[in-house]
Amino acid sequence: MEKFTVHRGLVAPLDRANVDTDAIIPKQFLKSIKRTGFGPNLFDGWRYLDVGQPDQDNSKRPLNPDFVLNQPRYQGASILLARENFGCGSSREHAPWALLDYGFRAIIAPSFAEIFYNNSFKNGLLPIVLDEAQVDELFKDTFATPGFELVIDLEAQSISYADGSKRFAFDIDPFRKYCLLNGLDDIGLTLRHADKIKAFEERRRQEQPWLFA
Amino acid sequence: MGPQTLYDKLWASHAVHVEDDGTTLLYIDRHFLHEVTSPQAFEGLRLAKRKPWRVDANLATADHNVPTTDRSLGISDPVSRTQVETLDRNCAEFGIVQFGMSDPRQGIVHVIGPEQGATLPGMTVVCGDSHTSTHGAFACLAHGIGTSEVEHVLATQCLLAKKSKNMLVWFDGKLPRGVTAKDMILALIGEIGTAGGTGYAIEYAGPAVRALSMAGRMTLCNMAIEAGARSGMVAADETTFEYLKGRPYAPRGEMWDRAVAYWRTLHSDEGAHFDRVVRIDVSQLKPQVTWGTSPEMVTTIDGRVPDPKQEQDPVKRAGIERALEYMGLEPNVPITDIRIDKVFIGSCTNSRIEDLRAAAEVVRGKRVASNVKLAMVVPGSGLVKAQAEQEGLDKIFKDAGFEWREPGCSMCLGMNPDQLEPGERCASTSNRNFEGRQGPGGRTHLVSPEMAAAAAIAGHFVDVRHWQ
Repeated sequence: MEKFTVHRGLVAPLDRANVDTDAIIPKQFLKSIKRTGFGPNLFDGWRYLDVGQPDQDNSKRPLNPDFVLNQPRYQGASILLARENFGCGSSREHAPWALLDYGFRAIIAPSFAEIFYNNSFKNGLLPIVLDEAQVDELFKDTFATPGFELVIDLEAQSISYADGSKRFAFDIDPFRKYCLLNGLDDIGLTLRHADKIKAFEERRRQEQPWLFA
Repeated sequence: MGPQTLYDKLWASHAVHVEDDGTTLLYIDRHFLHEVTSPQAFEGLRLAKRKPWRVDANLATADHNVPTTDRSLGISDPVSRTQVETLDRNCAEFGIVQFGMSDPRQGIVHVIGPEQGATLPGMTVVCGDSHTSTHGAFACLAHGIGTSEVEHVLATQCLLAKKSKNMLVWFDGKLPRGVTAKDMILALIGEIGTAGGTGYAIEYAGPAVRALSMAGRMTLCNMAIEAGARSGMVAADETTFEYLKGRPYAPRGEMWDRAVAYWRTLHSDEGAHFDRVVRIDVSQLKPQVTWGTSPEMVTTIDGRVPDPKQEQDPVKRAGIERALEYMGLEPNVPITDIRIDKVFIGSCTNSRIEDLRAAAEVVRGKRVASNVKLAMVVPGSGLVKAQAEQEGLDKIFKDAGFEWREPGCSMCLGMNPDQLEPGERCASTSNRNFEGRQGPGGRTHLVSPEMAAAAAIAGHFVDVRHWQ
């Protein structure tokens, strides 16, 4: 997993609530058995005017000019600004894979669906929760300021405007922060407790043998 | 230790190790797998040269991509076929039991787990699928996980997790005729919203829940995720034990008695603390129909499509306007005036034998309306299908003009050829009415099996409480 320390990037605003993972990456692209290559199909149904299929040359497809990520001013965005309950619905990890593959490193929203939130951390994509008023302010400033950039400092748990004019603090679980700052593999961490897992399992086998039939 | 909720008990009995910030290593008893969210996890194991920690805790099936038509022809879409064959190969390589496409026990993972008795009270159950909450109906802690976590569970038999808060949803009263568990859960989502359960584990309780069959309880728990809660659960009781007894993976003989003695402790203690309590009197409940593109966009069968002008919150108003445009609906239209093109009875929410019996009862001796282009029934598993055929339900459906299909996820999400065409409107017993969920441009209305069946016959939504 790629480390996340400090990230400076262009902000793109996705101004709708309850963006579900079916919208983030539609079902037809879940047939892939790989983790990469989902970026061109991120928000496929909103981004293109035709219906996309796997293994298609996406560069020739008609773009929906009204969709925010197609607007010239947001090209190269790496921070997504979103509304409440972002990532609801299906547990598909293809959603954070697609966001990362497109180029996003962080998403800022007032709330996230839990499975999506969890999946993001496992891939080095940082989901940041700010309160509703702060998110509103960010939307306003993003719309008003061409080339609007933010600097996210995970160690300091802060989001700053690139011109230094405003700064927001955010919360994050210490354990998740530690893993993300160091790009740590969860499985490796867990296997440090292998003896504890074995002991737990052995006790369970004694107490509830029917679970091990 | 004070009184505990069911969730507190399940959590505490699976904690292997706790970090300083509360992050817990949780032992996983049962891991279900399917073809869509597992290939990258198996690939990860191979790259790291790891083996599954406990092979016998895993059970796999192919459900999302499988065709529901003649299976002897195989899977025509090469990309879908590759995914299903990849699961076959991975299960063979790592020694995991799989009910493959030609196995009579194959079906939707959340139907076959309980059906086999592979889901047992007191377990932690996970699967790379958000509707894993279904298994909570058996007093399990069950929830969906992502593919990285699938790999983590395969490699370590554990998950890293943080404890949620406790929510109690108390369903009081007795369900009126024609009103079902599906209407209970849709009404709850309408009340608390699709993010209402975020951060909570939901326990469903009360007399109306006690009165439900296991199928009804599974429907309730299945859609906990649509209320934002990763897990939903119901305390174990005689209905639970009755269902499980004699199932292939369930304990037998003396072991059964020992298990049941333990399972009887799987309920919330008197006086246990819940962070949030929601009460719903089901005796007042009416059949529910969704009108929008989120399960919280729901009303009753005697209601009307909402008018965005009545909504004060600008983000919500924009959401309603966008949903009505996508759904091709005008404000204030009565729900019963909405005509449909297709009907889908199936999915992990509503494809069990009880669901099919209820729907068959509605269509018996009638004909699908001429404006309905396709009405299909997709049983949840090969065993549900066989049972239904033994009872003659297939004949009732076919005589009425329904198609009777092979088991799988089918048109709930349309990863196989079962899809809506752009603009088509569907009465569906599934769980999500998101944009494009059942096919690009498709329009989904979520309802109970009885309501879907009645809509198929009438050609538009009708109140099944008054069905003759």
